[in-house]
Amino acid sequence: MESTRGDITPELLLRDLAPQVLGALVRRFRDFAAAEDAVQEALIAATVQWPREGVPDNPRGWLIQVASRRLTDHIRSESARRRRESEVALEASRHPAPAETASHADDTLVLLFMCCHPALTPSSAIALTLRAVGGLTTAEIAHAFLVPEATMAQRISRAKQTIKTSGIPFQLPNPGERAQRMRAVLHVLYLIFNEGFTTSAGPSLRRDDLSHEAIRLARILHGLQPDDTEVAGLLALMLLTDARRLARTSDKGELIPLAAQNRELWDREQIAEGVAILSAALRAGTVGPYQLQAAIAAVHDEAARAEDTDWPQILALYELLKRMSDNPMVVLNHAIAAAMVHGPRKGLELLNSLDGDPRLADHHRLDAVRAHLLELAGDPHGAIRHYRLAAAKTTNLAERDYLIIQAARLASE
Amino acid sequence: MKYILMMNTMTAGSQAFTGWSKEDFETHCAYFAGLTQELRESGELISTEVLTFPDQARLVGAGDDGMLVTDGVFSEGKEFLAGYCIVDVPSPERAYAIAARVSAAPGPGGAPLNIPIEVRPVLSGPPPEML
Repeated sequence: MESTRGDITPELLLRDLAPQVLGALVRRFRDFAAAEDAVQEALIAATVQWPREGVPDNPRGWLIQVASRRLTDHIRSESARRRRESEVALEASRHPAPAETASHADDTLVLLFMCCHPALTPSSAIALTLRAVGGLTTAEIAHAFLVPEATMAQRISRAKQTIKTSGIPFQLPNPGERAQRMRAVLHVLYLIFNEGFTTSAGPSLRRDDLSHEAIRLARILHGLQPDDTEVAGLLALMLLTDARRLARTSDKGELIPLAAQNRELWDREQIAEGVAILSAALRAGTVGPYQLQAAIAAVHDEAARAEDTDWPQILALYELLKRMSDNPMVVLNHAIAAAMVHGPRKGLELLNSLDGDPRLADHHRLDAVRAHLLELAGDPHGAIRHYRLAAAKTTNLAERDYLIIQAARLASE
Repeated sequence: MKYILMMNTMTAGSQAFTGWSKEDFETHCAYFAGLTQELRESGELISTEVLTFPDQARLVGAGDDGMLVTDGVFSEGKEFLAGYCIVDVPSPERAYAIAARVSAAPGPGGAPLNIPIEVRPVLSGPPPEML
């Protein structure tokens, strides 16, 4: 295609440019909500014009110009009604556009910090990040989360309102706040990835588009903050997990657990990339939870067959992780690793410490793991009971069907 | 015209699929996957959702002192709503025909379950001439 540059399609180019353009506009006009609307309009204009007329020489400048014009028009039409308030913005619109040397990398980072602000609920932060930083349209985000477009539009507009009323400034957080805010950003990207990988509701287990978007955003962040080893760890974790996606479901959409997956289907290239990013991060020093999780994923990915898995290594990594975070899911996975090294009884014993943990009371995973370990320990009746309990608790249809099938398989043996 | 097809099933007996064989359950799932795909392709399917088991249900009522939440009162063997779909079809007969297909979903041994399906028209906006 004539209008592509190298292997970048206009669509991808637009999505890469979206946060930079939005950053430039917010910096200049200081109105996040209005700037965001204007950028969406400019992106739509580009989608229509670029395939027809070719990609302009300076696509970013083109988008900034079109979006600024839309925003200025919008301010002018509003100004009759709200003259006083818009004076600041009009003043800004008279300034020349920021030079091409403006720090658009910083702008993207500031946008991420803004969209993942702790004042927002996770679902709002996710939606806003996908729209403002990811450059997805409201319809695309709604589709990915299986909700009506009107619902998603409302969610995004509420998020923008929250940012407006809480007066979050468009600037990098101060050094003291920085680490904590970065954790919030990483968490939102992690949630987007997980939503794509194991959908929390609905008929399909995977929604690749969300996982891929999360990887794309993590790549951008890694490019901006190459020295942050946890950013690298998160990107590696996503790549190493996503590399197994083709093997994870059957052609009928059924869930296939790790041990039963056809490892020929794993994406070797992506695994190599994830391992390389992780190795560089681990060499650099400070080890954090995302790097540890990535290391665990890498150990799984590097086993040619399920029985070749280096479980003692995984157990050691989970022990480190357990010391770092008070997360019942980590305890659960630690118990599985312990069972693989020291036998199912040891795993079941460790699971007992989770009984009565309110964070897992309604969660299916504890029952699912217990069922699996009971099966390994030669207690099919206990296993059937817990597979069924887990099936009743999960909200994922593919996972529910998988658990019901496990119980049925044992019942017929 | 839109219709809602509500599938009511039982927590016990032959309709309680947690007790089925692996093959029966897989056949059942494949039947619904095929039917859903067919209705999606014909443009008749508006939405469909499958619900969790009724023990996840809570009864909520606003009492004098605010919100009251209790566990469900769905005992074993009681009928419950397992899922629904909303279709947009030209006639009630077509809605009934789809409901019959849903009802005939295979159960143990591949025999049709004859699940009772409640079919009701969905209220829509005023006709165009009244706007």
